[in-house]
Amino acid sequence: MQTVKHDKKLGREKLERIIEMCLAIENHAVEPFTLNVDEIIKIVREYFPNWENPDELKLDAEVLHHLASVIKMQSEWVKQRSNSLYTDPFLLEEKIRQTSKEGMVDVFLGAWSPLIEFEQLSLHSLAQGLLYWEALAPMGDRWKDIDVSEVAMGSVSRDELVKQRVLGDKEFSEELECYWQELKNKTAEKSADGKIAYWNFIGADTFLLTVQRAFLTSFLITYGYATLEIDRLEETIFIVPFTKPRKEALTEQSTSVPIAVSCEDWQKWKRGEQI
Amino acid sequence: MSSKKKGVYGSKVKKATQMLFYKRHQKPGVKGWELHKALGSDYPKVLDLVEDYLKPLDLQVKTVFEEEKTPEKPTIEELDKARFFVALSSGTVTKDKLMGWRIDDLAGLAITISFIISKKGQAARKDVEKMLGEKMPNWKIGLNLDRYIRYGYLTQDEQGQLFLDWRTRAEVDQKALIDMLLSAEKQTQEAAEPKLEQEEDAETEEGK
Repeated sequence: MQTVKHDKKLGREKLERIIEMCLAIENHAVEPFTLNVDEIIKIVREYFPNWENPDELKLDAEVLHHLASVIKMQSEWVKQRSNSLYTDPFLLEEKIRQTSKEGMVDVFLGAWSPLIEFEQLSLHSLAQGLLYWEALAPMGDRWKDIDVSEVAMGSVSRDELVKQRVLGDKEFSEELECYWQELKNKTAEKSADGKIAYWNFIGADTFLLTVQRAFLTSFLITYGYATLEIDRLEETIFIVPFTKPRKEALTEQSTSVPIAVSCEDWQKWKRGEQI
Repeated sequence: MSSKKKGVYGSKVKKATQMLFYKRHQKPGVKGWELHKALGSDYPKVLDLVEDYLKPLDLQVKTVFEEEKTPEKPTIEELDKARFFVALSSGTVTKDKLMGWRIDDLAGLAITISFIISKKGQAARKDVEKMLGEKMPNWKIGLNLDRYIRYGYLTQDEQGQLFLDWRTRAEVDQKALIDMLLSAEKQTQEAAEPKLEQEEDAETEEGK
């Protein structure tokens, strides 16, 4: 019993030391090949049968995770050295130290081709600016004081909120699931390549309904039920539904894509014109 | 080429030149997809024509690809993602005209870029400051590094690590810089030898 406990303690200490070493390599404090990966795997394998509780298994997994990072760095190290640009860093550092300021400038000028960029105001852009200024409403008109009258606090039931159309009559998640099903069905019906044009999906009989559909679509994308495919050259936007919702959509840092849904665009869509 | 075709290409060359020279966004130059949209899918051919006009003026059209490595035969998709600039041809900048840079500041930039290359593309800011401190007054180092970052030569992460940024990739031939730096001592010696010889000659003549 005592021996097992002692083994466990020793094993934990070894794994913690390995993690520290891996971290030093990841932070570029130590060269990646200082670590003998085969030896480390031997140690990890040796102590693995002793681990029982989740903390111990987590420590074991953590070592493997850091070890994977070190192996990746080792591979990058090999790639870098086989690169034609590779020169011994110490030699290069020494050269930089030895070369005078003027010498450095001479060397740099041989490899430097500075960019050329112009900034110039044209008569046309001045005229554009004047036109904009003329059409601009005065500040007083743009930033009017909002007339807010004081009202007493009260309570409101869910049914009343539904009546006032603040809330929908279905639970939001339920509504989103139904909407996702609709997206999948429509995509399957209308195209064989698994995507549907944005306006063909959000477009409805009324503008109000179209805006509501665009609003729900934004949540489908944010919550990982679908994604957008944007062709900047053709200026087309497609919605691609996923068969299963992707959880990473909420965890990963995502990009916002603003899409204007104006009444003019809706009218164009109704007339069958390209937006 | 028919006169109609010539006319089309003539107007495309004019448009491409304006797009390349005038700053449209925060960064100079123009993205491939913008040229594609404005000039059509034959924009690489238009850029070749622009290059023909620029060459006698010691100017060139530079392409900086999204990936660090330059593809041998870039596809139209790779070109669409690349950024195009107009730059002076390599080796045309001389010590008499440093494009508005002070020689100290340019030397600092040269040292910083070479140092970062020697450290495999990233170096701690404090290490760069230490290296610059050997030949530059301390009060100037921080100001200069911030300026290099502002101009787009360098970028700095939250851990204080410095990396080479888009302008270095656009303006500096890193391989040529390293090769020239490694042979610099030789050049300096070779350059110094005739000077010494001349001095010796002068002394002898004075002696005469």
